[in-house]
Amino acid sequence: MSSDARYTVYHPKWYRRPVSVWWWLKKASYTRFVARELTSLAVAYFALLMLWHAWAVGRGPEAYARFAEWMATPLFVVSNVLALGGVLFHALTWFHLAPKAMAVRLRGRRVPDWAVTGGNYLAWVVASAVVAYVVLGAGR
Amino acid sequence: VTQATIAVDVARYRPEQDAEPNFQRFEVPVHKDWTVLDALNHVKDTKDGSVSFRWSCRMGVCGSCGMKVNGEAKLTCGTFLTDYLPGPVRVEPLDYFPVIRDLVVDITDFMTKLKKVKPWIVRRDATAGDGEYLQTPDQLDAYKQFSMCINCLLCYSACPIYGLEPTFLGPAAIALAQRYNRDSRDQGAAERLSLLSGHDGMWACTFVGECSKVCPKNVDPAGAIQQYKLAGAAHWFRRLLLPGGSR
Repeated sequence: MSSDARYTVYHPKWYRRPVSVWWWLKKASYTRFVARELTSLAVAYFALLMLWHAWAVGRGPEAYARFAEWMATPLFVVSNVLALGGVLFHALTWFHLAPKAMAVRLRGRRVPDWAVTGGNYLAWVVASAVVAYVVLGAGR
Repeated sequence: VTQATIAVDVARYRPEQDAEPNFQRFEVPVHKDWTVLDALNHVKDTKDGSVSFRWSCRMGVCGSCGMKVNGEAKLTCGTFLTDYLPGPVRVEPLDYFPVIRDLVVDITDFMTKLKKVKPWIVRRDATAGDGEYLQTPDQLDAYKQFSMCINCLLCYSACPIYGLEPTFLGPAAIALAQRYNRDSRDQGAAERLSLLSGHDGMWACTFVGECSKVCPKNVDPAGAIQQYKLAGAAHWFRRLLLPGGSR
């Protein structure tokens, strides 16, 4: 028999249900999955923004002022808030999926899921604290 | 809730007369200990002997009676009617496999893929009469979870990637490859990796995670695939950084 899943020879009467374009709306978990994948666009958006930011800083005070001006426009404020929501959703869903991918064994026992997820949260808090220290410290 | 009967909508597909599946409703008595499989057997015994479905052990071991119950992939022998009161209960064949008749699907595609991942212990140094390979409880523990798979294919029915890309090896086949990779007696990991790191292998998985949710044996195929990705990536880096470093 053919190993190609799309086509099974000799059995024209077997019924193959077509997959709907809207399959991802049929179950809440599928919709969450697609949302998680789509919010990676928000991650890409922030990466590009950061490159622009770095480029502006490198070009000097006027370029940086222009960048800051752009960032204060309603368009960027709104899109940044939306993208922040997307990035948070993306990151948090991955935090909760991390234990599945990382089966860490310590002293013969598997590290419990909450410890792996908690480690991700802890790293996030520490990184945020460092960033806050640098940003707020430099502002003074 | 006490009710005497529950409506069971059974997907019917009779290739000699139907162009596509349709539903037929049967009223089935509700008993506390009746499963969906019991309901189907009741229908076949007393109402319509032509209703076709697969089953064997009735106790969640053989993996034959996987179907969709109200849209969720389930072993019908472990799915109780009382959980679906007041009804109706909709019973359909598993998704993404061609339907031969009513609730019976063709699983040749899975059987072909399963064989490809070499789900047996591969030894490069074995000669007959060497005796048994010893294994500690810890070594057994490393793969035991993945060895619980009963090939019921609920995970394939829950996997939209398999639906969209039928050439994807799929959750159970990859979990079973991992079952042998993690076995201390096995030496076939490198052979399996060349297949599983290919286009239709583990990287086709985008971690929807539904396969692990529907698995009646807690095999966690989604976990197996992600762990395999980590191992595969580590292997690639080792080979890149240490010439001749591939095991």
